[in-house]
Formats: sequence, C-alpha cells, structure tokens
Amino acid sequence: MMGWGVIRLWTILVYIFMFLPVAVVVLLSFNANQFGSFPVTGLSFRWFVELAENEAIIRAFKTSLLLGVLTAFISTTLGVLASLALVRYKVPGGNFISTLLIAPILVPEVVLAVALLLFLNFLSVHKSFFMLLMGHVIFTLPFVVLVVQARLIGIRRDVEEAAMSLGATPVQTFFQITLPLLAPAVFAGMLFSFTISFDDITGTLFWKPGGVETVPTQIFAMLRNSISPEINALGSVMIFFTVGVPLLGAAIARRLGNHQGR
Amino acid sequence: MSIEKREARQPWVLLSPALVSILLLLIVPLMFIVVYSFWLRTATGADQVGFYLDNWIEVLTDEFYRDILLQTLRIASVTTIVCAVMGYPAAYFIARSRGNKAILLLLLMLPFWISYIIRTMSWINILGVSGAFNSVLMMLGIIDEPLQLLYNEVTVILGLVHFLLPFMILNIYVSLEDIDRNLEDAACSLGAHRGRTFLEITLPLSLPGLAAGGLLCFVLGAGTYITPVILGGPRDAMFANLVFEAIITQLDWPLGSVLSLVLIAVLGSIVLVYNRFLGMRQLMKGLA
Repeated sequence: MMGWGVIRLWTILVYIFMFLPVAVVVLLSFNANQFGSFPVTGLSFRWFVELAENEAIIRAFKTSLLLGVLTAFISTTLGVLASLALVRYKVPGGNFISTLLIAPILVPEVVLAVALLLFLNFLSVHKSFFMLLMGHVIFTLPFVVLVVQARLIGIRRDVEEAAMSLGATPVQTFFQITLPLLAPAVFAGMLFSFTISFDDITGTLFWKPGGVETVPTQIFAMLRNSISPEINALGSVMIFFTVGVPLLGAAIARRLGNHQGR
Repeated sequence: MSIEKREARQPWVLLSPALVSILLLLIVPLMFIVVYSFWLRTATGADQVGFYLDNWIEVLTDEFYRDILLQTLRIASVTTIVCAVMGYPAAYFIARSRGNKAILLLLLMLPFWISYIIRTMSWINILGVSGAFNSVLMMLGIIDEPLQLLYNEVTVILGLVHFLLPFMILNIYVSLEDIDRNLEDAACSLGAHRGRTFLEITLPLSLPGLAAGGLLCFVLGAGTYITPVILGGPRDAMFANLVFEAIITQLDWPLGSVLSLVLIAVLGSIVLVYNRFLGMRQLMKGLA
C-alpha cells in the first residue's frame, strides 16, 4: 500500500537522521587525513594513540569512572530502600512521597544545579568532588526509583510470605528471596545511574572545582578550540563503552541462557 | 517497644536516607535560593544579606531578559513541533510493523546510551566548514567556497531535535501500543476508510503520548544551555545560558537565583497545566 510505503520511507529517514552524525564521528576517528576531517584518506589508529597519550583525557576518564561508580552505588542503595518501603508497606502520604522522590526530574537541571551549589556553599561546602557526587546522586535517584518500583510491583508478595511462614526472618527473606528476584532491577538501576552520571555536563559544570574535569566537560573544553580528530576518537571510545559493552553483555547473557535452557 | 510499633516504623527507616537526601539537597536548596534572590552582590564581591528587590525588578523589567525568555520559548516550541512531526510517523511505523519491531525499538534506545555532548558536537562534522556536507558539495563542484552553515538558531534547533526526538518517539509509541486494535478494526468494518479511522480513532487515542512527549521535549529543550554554546552563535543564547553566565562567569549569585527562579516558574507552570489536564501517569509510563 502506498501510504504505508511513505511511512516506512519516513521512518528510515528519521533513523538515518538519528544515527548518521554518530556514524560520521566513528568514521572520522579512523581517518588517516592529517586534519582528521574530510576527505577520508585511509584507515589509521593514530588518533586513538594520541588519545591514549593525552594525560588530561586519561585523568578526566578516571574522574568520570570513579564518580559514576560511586553515584551508581549510593543512588541505587537509596532508591532500592525507598522503593521497598513504598511498594511493600502502606505508608501514609505514599503518593506524595513518590512524587517527592521523582521531583529532581521535574526541576530543570540548571536550577537544581544552582540551588545545590549556592546552598552547599552557604554551608561552607565548596565546589569539590564531594559536591559533584551529591549532585549526581540527587538527579539519578528518580530514575532508580522508577525502574526499581516498576520491577518490585511485579514480584508477588506470596513468595516472601511463604519464606516467612517457613521460618525465615525478614532479613533472611530480603537477602534470599527479594533481593535475588530484584537483582535485574538493581542492576538496571545501577547501569542507568552510572550512564546518566557519566554523561552529565549540565550540573557538572556548576559543581566541579577548577582543574577537575569529567569526560564530557573535557570534551566541552576541547570544543572551544574547534573540533579535533581526538574528540572524534574519544567519542568512538565512549560509544564503544556505553553501547558496545551493554549490547555485548546482553548477547552473551542470552547465549548462556539459551544453553542452560537446553 | 511492641511489634506493631516496630512494623510501623520500618518503612520510615527504609525511606529516610532517600527522603533526607531529597530534602537536604533539593527542597531546602530551592527554598534557600528564594531567600538568596533578595540579597545583593556588592562591588567588593560579598553578599549583602537583606530584603532587596533590585534583582527582581531588573530581571522583570529589563527587555533584554524578556527577549531571551521569549527566544527560549520560541526555540523550545519549534523543537517540540519538529519532533512531533518527525516522530509521529516513525512511532506509528514501529508500533504497527510486524517483523522488525524489536530491532527498531533497540535502535531507538541506543541514542539514550550515547553521550549527549558527542551527539551534539557530531553535527560539526556534518555541517562544519570542512564537514561532510560542504565536502560533498565542493567535490561535486556545486560550490567553490565552503558554506557557513553552523552557529545559528537553525542549528541550535537541529541539535535539540536530534537530542529530544527519541523521547518523543518513545512516548508516542507507548500510547499507540496501548490502543485496543479492535477499535480500529471495528471502525474499518463499519465502513470508515483507513484515513478516517486514523483521524477519528488512532490519533485521538494517541494524544496522551504525544502530549507527554511534547512536554518532555519542551521542558528539556527550554532548560538547556549546552546546545546553544556548541551549535549556536553569540546571539542564540537561551535563558539557561543567562543563569550560567550570572553564576559562573559574573559570580552574581543573587541575580543568578532570580533568573533560576524565573526559569523554574515558567517551566513549572507549564508542567502544572499539563498535570491538571492529563496527570503524570502517562509521563511516568514513557520514562520507565
């Protein structure tokens, strides 16, 4: 049918629009051309070598990694505990509390960044790694709460009750029944908060102390001098980590699952 | 302590770390900048505590701030409309396709995993002076000199659309999936042709998703300051850029507080209107 054909073509164009620029980043990062721009003259890894030798970028990478891991750990812990309370107990004012917990999504990030910076500064907590961590925890928390709550509602209460009626204590029940069932949600929450933290620039630019850079702020600073092939190489590395690794992990998990199934 | 009392306390023990964090790191700071907005930054760089309306009067009466606010709302509106027009057919195709739905959805999730700043700067590779577009045109001999395509309002909107389109498609897709297909079949069997079925059944029923996607695109678009810095010219500043300038560059924190509060008031009232008519549930569906 003709109408359907037009919609299909439109969709293909939309997908090209979403992915072409990113594909060009990857393409140019392997370009041998000495300015790293068009035309593409050959395959080369020189920009990756230069990247690996750029100390500022390595330092930014380490900062981002540490920040992301700590953020994921803290924010997932807070989020899982809060979700458990909201889903498993009748809490007076539960709806209001739910809204409060996802409030950081509803506040524009710039405003959240300003408020946190000014308030902590008033308490004599100055721009620091600590402030970055607090900020990242606050705006990743809602995503963890949303993901974990959705999953927790799906876990039937009877399984927990069965364990308890068989003599397990609430703590035993949590660690042996609820947590294993919840594991995918915990993992998803961690991955989510890590990615959001690793990618953040809006709040980070407000909270980071002078001289400390994360990967996005480092790229931002480098862009001031115009685009360089190193940025494209860095982009390729980041795309590999944030897209390639999870996809690979999912594919492996699927394969293992299939084998077990047989 | 009795068992009942302990039972009743338990959820609060679980909730308190998250609640205390939200209160201390979000709610109290927001109230604090309301107080801060009435202080004054003096020439020495110290804050003068008190109740001064100077900053409020400046921001609310100076045309400069009003113009940038209007420019911000205009950019966000155009971005939202473009996202809707580009996204709706694509979401419809994904929802109604049979074979490759899984792969299309997976591809749709990918942009969320690719760094925002990488995606934004990638347009420099396409439209820059030595970018793909200019190179192709020069190679074909259509132009001799590279065209200056970047650093204007159009490229800011382009960058925002590129960033926000997946949010729009995902939200529309979710509401299209929720529609009972029997309704469409019923309309068809009662003699409505496909176009009419779409206009009278499918489109109205998918409006909540369209609205949720629209709200997300608008609010996220209107609150950004990175895209205008990377893809815009000096005249394409958005309201959040003013906040950044006031806080980081000029270190005028009371002024920055006023600007932040104006931004949250404008965007917040849009969220409230949305909430009044449509509720938050649809939005949460799209996010989770």
